[in-house]
Amino acid sequence: MTKLTVKDFASDLDVRWCPGCGDYAVLKALQKTLADGGSTLEDTLVVSGIGCSSRLPYYMASYGFHSIHGRAPTLATGAKLSNPDLDVWVVTGDGDGLSIGGNHLLHVLRRNVDLQVVLFNNQIYGLTKGQFSPTSRQGTKSPSSPTGSIETGLNPCVFALGAGGQFVARCIDTQAKVLQPVLEAAKAFKGTGFVEVLQNCVIYNDGIFDGLKDKKTGPDHTLHVEHGQPMVFGVNKDKGLRVAKGGFGLEVVRLEGGITQEDLLVHDETNIHLAQALAALGENEGEPVVIGVLYRHEKQEFVEGARHGLPEAPLSRAEKLKRLGATLRKAETWQVS
Amino acid sequence: MPETAQEAPNLRELPVSQTPEVDFVRIRIAGDSGDGIQLTGTRLAESAARFGNDIATFPDFPADIRAPSGTVYGVSAYSLNIGETEVLTFGDESDALVALNPAALKKYMGELKKGGLLIFDSGSFSARALEKAGYESDPREDGTLSHFRLLPIDITELTTSALKESGVSAKDAKRCKNMWTLGLIHWLFEREIDALESWLTEKFANKPEIAEANLLALRAGHLYGEIAELPADISQYHIAPAPLRAGEYRTINGNEAMAYGLYAGATLADLEAFYGSYPITPASPLLHTFAKLKELGALSFQAEDEIAAIGSAIGASYAGHLGITGSSGPGIALKTEALGLAVATELPLVVVNVQRGGPSTGLPTKTEQSDLFQSVFGRNGDTPIPVIAASHPGDCFEVAVEAVKIATKHMTPIFVLSDGYIANAAAPWRLPDLGEGDFAPFPVTKATDPNDFQPFKHDPETLARPWAVPGTPGLMHRIGGLEREEGRGNISYDGDNHQRMTEIRAAKLQAIAKDLPPQTVESGAPSGKLALVGWGSSWGPIRVATRRAVLQGKSVSHIHLRHIWPLPPNLKELLAGFEEIVVPEMNNGQLATLLRAELGRPIRSVSCVKGRPFLVREITEIINNVVGG
Repeated sequence: MTKLTVKDFASDLDVRWCPGCGDYAVLKALQKTLADGGSTLEDTLVVSGIGCSSRLPYYMASYGFHSIHGRAPTLATGAKLSNPDLDVWVVTGDGDGLSIGGNHLLHVLRRNVDLQVVLFNNQIYGLTKGQFSPTSRQGTKSPSSPTGSIETGLNPCVFALGAGGQFVARCIDTQAKVLQPVLEAAKAFKGTGFVEVLQNCVIYNDGIFDGLKDKKTGPDHTLHVEHGQPMVFGVNKDKGLRVAKGGFGLEVVRLEGGITQEDLLVHDETNIHLAQALAALGENEGEPVVIGVLYRHEKQEFVEGARHGLPEAPLSRAEKLKRLGATLRKAETWQVS
Repeated sequence: MPETAQEAPNLRELPVSQTPEVDFVRIRIAGDSGDGIQLTGTRLAESAARFGNDIATFPDFPADIRAPSGTVYGVSAYSLNIGETEVLTFGDESDALVALNPAALKKYMGELKKGGLLIFDSGSFSARALEKAGYESDPREDGTLSHFRLLPIDITELTTSALKESGVSAKDAKRCKNMWTLGLIHWLFEREIDALESWLTEKFANKPEIAEANLLALRAGHLYGEIAELPADISQYHIAPAPLRAGEYRTINGNEAMAYGLYAGATLADLEAFYGSYPITPASPLLHTFAKLKELGALSFQAEDEIAAIGSAIGASYAGHLGITGSSGPGIALKTEALGLAVATELPLVVVNVQRGGPSTGLPTKTEQSDLFQSVFGRNGDTPIPVIAASHPGDCFEVAVEAVKIATKHMTPIFVLSDGYIANAAAPWRLPDLGEGDFAPFPVTKATDPNDFQPFKHDPETLARPWAVPGTPGLMHRIGGLEREEGRGNISYDGDNHQRMTEIRAAKLQAIAKDLPPQTVESGAPSGKLALVGWGSSWGPIRVATRRAVLQGKSVSHIHLRHIWPLPPNLKELLAGFEEIVVPEMNNGQLATLLRAELGRPIRSVSCVKGRPFLVREITEIINNVVGG
C-alpha cells in the first residue's frame, strides 16, 4: 500500500475554527506526524471531549469520537483496552482536560494507558466565550472575572508529572519543528504520551504566548530541551540552566565570567526530579518556559497488564459457553430427578 | 392471549402452600456483625437447597463494616425460608429465631411468631451486653419472652469447651460459635453435616488447625441436638424435598446470575464482554464476578469514577466489544450525561442498576425499586432508553441475555433493573442448557462493506444503524454527541433533520415493543375482578399471595412486567379484562404513575419503602380489601 499523505488524513469537512486560531497548526502537525509515520486511517482513532480543540476529530479522515465534556480519556481507555491495535489520540483543552475532566486525565496518566493526550492550552474557555480557565494566569480579566481572576493557574506539565505521567512534553502551536517530533515521540512511547501545546486563542486570549513565540526575542524566554544536550538558551545562546548554587533547584545563568557550558545541566529525560523542576519554570521573571520532552520513562503499560490473563486467541462461542458451564458448576451442584 | 392462566416459561412449577405452618419453616439467625452470620446463613441455605427444598433468603446486614459490637445497629441477620412447596419469599414472620446476643434478640424478637422457637446464647447475656442492647431489665426474667418456646443454650461456653483440646486460642475458639450453631440448626432440620465438613476442610485447607476447630464446633453443635435433653415442646422440623423440576441445580444470587447472564448474552451475540464499573453497594459483586471471568475472555475495568466507568464501556462498544456498566441509583445519576451520548451515537450498551433505597445516598444496604423514573425519564433531551427488570435471582440470567439481544439488535443502550434484595438473595437455580438448548444465539453482524457506507442509515425494521468498528478499512467515520445528519452522520444543526432524528430515536423503542412477547398473566385467570401488576423483585410476595387467593376461589390475577419501557403493546388490552388494577411496588408509585399515563385508566398504588420486600400478608391484605377476605 502506498503511504498516505497529509491530505489523506484530512476529512472532507471544512475546518471551522476562527481564522488565525492556533488549532490549525496543531491539526496540520498531527496529520503530518501520522502521514510521515506510515499510519493508516482505519487504525487511527481520535477521541475528544468538548471545546474548540475537541472539534479536531471531525477534521480527521480517521475514526473519531467527539464525546462529552472532560470524558475523552475514559472512552479512549475503553477503546484501547478492547482493541490494543488501535493508535488512540485524545485531544483535549485546558478546560476539558484540567477542569471538568481533571480526574480522568489524572487517572489515564497514572495508569499509563498506551495512548497520546494532546492538551491544547490557550488558558481560556473559548467555545463558551472567554471565561478564565484553570490554567489562566492569576488576574486574567474575563466575563466571569471582570476585575481579574483570583485563582492560581495550573501548570499542565507539573500536573501530568504529579499524576505519574511517564511521558510529558510541552510545545508551542506554531513551532512545527518542535511539535512534530514530539508528537512522533509521544506516539512511539509505550504508555501515555502527554503533550501540552501552548496554543493561541485569537479571539479571547490573543497574544498570551507572544513573548515566547516572537522570532526575535522568544528564544530569550524559552528553552528547548533535548536528551543529552546542555541546557542553553537565549537569542545569543548565552544563557543556561544549572543547579542552584548552595541550594536546591535550578537557576538561570549567563555564559560569562568563567561560566561555560561545562557548568550547565545536561538534559536527562529519565530524571523525574529534573523534569519536575523544568516543568515548573517560567513562573518568575527571567526563567525560560521549557519546551520539548521533559520526561520519558518506560514503565508497566496499562493495557498490556490489564489484558494479561485473557485467552491468547479469541475463544469460539461453543468454547465460551462450555467454560461458562464449567464456571457455573464451580459452586456445589446437585441433581433433582 | 392465553386462554387460561399460564405459568410463565422457565418458572419452577411447584405447588403453592395452603398450610404454610407445616410446609415450610422460616428461620432467622441473628448476631453481631462479627459473628459470621452471613456465612452461617449461606451455608444453611446451601444445605437446604442441596437437600432438595425450595428456599428463599434475605440477608440483612448493617452498612457499617464493623459496627460497635453488641449494639442493635451492629446486628447482622440472615433469614431463610425452607419449604417443600414453592417458597419465593423469606417469610413474613419467623418460626424460629436464633439470637447470638441480646441485641439480636431485641432487634428481631418482634418478627418471631407467637409460640415460635427462640434459641439464644445464654452465655452472651451479661449485664454489659444487656445494657449495650438497650435492655433495662433482663428479658429472660421480666416476662418479655413468655410468648415463645425458649431454648437457652450457653453456646459460647459449649463451643469453647468443645475446643479445649484443640489448641486454638480462646479468641479463635469463640469465633467458632457460628459453626456450633450451624451444627445445631442442621440437627433441628434433620440434616446431616457431611457436606459441610468437606466444605470446611476445603475452605481452610491452608489453616488445618482452624479447619479442625471449626469441624469440632460443628460436630459438637450437631451432637448437642442428638443427646441433650431438650424440653418437650422442642422438636425437629421435618421438611420433605420439594418437587422441583428435574435438572442440575445450584444456588445463585442475583448479582452472580446477572454477571453470568451478561457474559452469556455477549457470547450468544458473538461479542467479547467489557465490564466497566466503579465500586458501589450493592452492585460491586457484579464487578467481582466479571473479574473472575477473564480466562473466559471477559474484560473488566475498575474505573476512577462512575462517569469513567460508563465512558470506558461506551469506548469499548465503539471499538466492537459489548460495553457493560453497572451501578446503583446514585452512581447511575452520575452516568446520566454519558447515557445521552450512547443514545445519540446509537451504540449498544447494557447498564445494570442494582437499586437501593434513595434519594441521595439513601439506604445503601437496603432494597428498593425506586429508580424506575430515573431509568425511563432521567436524561436531558428526548432520550429514550429501553428498560427491563429482573424478578428473582435466576431471572437475572435470562433478563441479562435478553438485554444484550435488544441492545445489539437495535443498537441502543438498555437499562437492566435489579435490586438489593434479589442481588443478595440466594435461590436454587436450575442450570441452563448452554449447549444452545435454552438460548438460541443471536450473532451480531458488523459493517465491513465500504460501498455506500453510511454510519447513520437505519435499518427499516430494527432502526439499528450499522456498527462499524475502528480498524475496519474504508469505513472511517466520526461520531459524537452533536446532532448528526441522518445517513451520512456529519454534524447537522438543521431543524428538520433534528425532528427526523428525534422521531427515529423514538421509533427505535416502538421497534423494540413490536418484538416483545405478549404480556401474559403470571398466575390467576386472564380476566377478572382484580389485577395485581408488579415488576422486579416484588414478584415473589405477589405471586405467593395471588396463588393462595386463587386457590381460595378469589378473582385475582398477578401480572408481572419484565418489560418496563417500552411496555408490552398488548398490556392495555390485557388489563381491560380486569375491573381493578393495583400496583404494589417498593417505591412511592412510579410504575402506577407510568401506567396511568400510558393506559389512561385509574390505577391504585400500594407503596412499601421499608428497606425490605413486601410481606405476603401485605399483598393478601390488598387482595382482601378489593375482592373480600
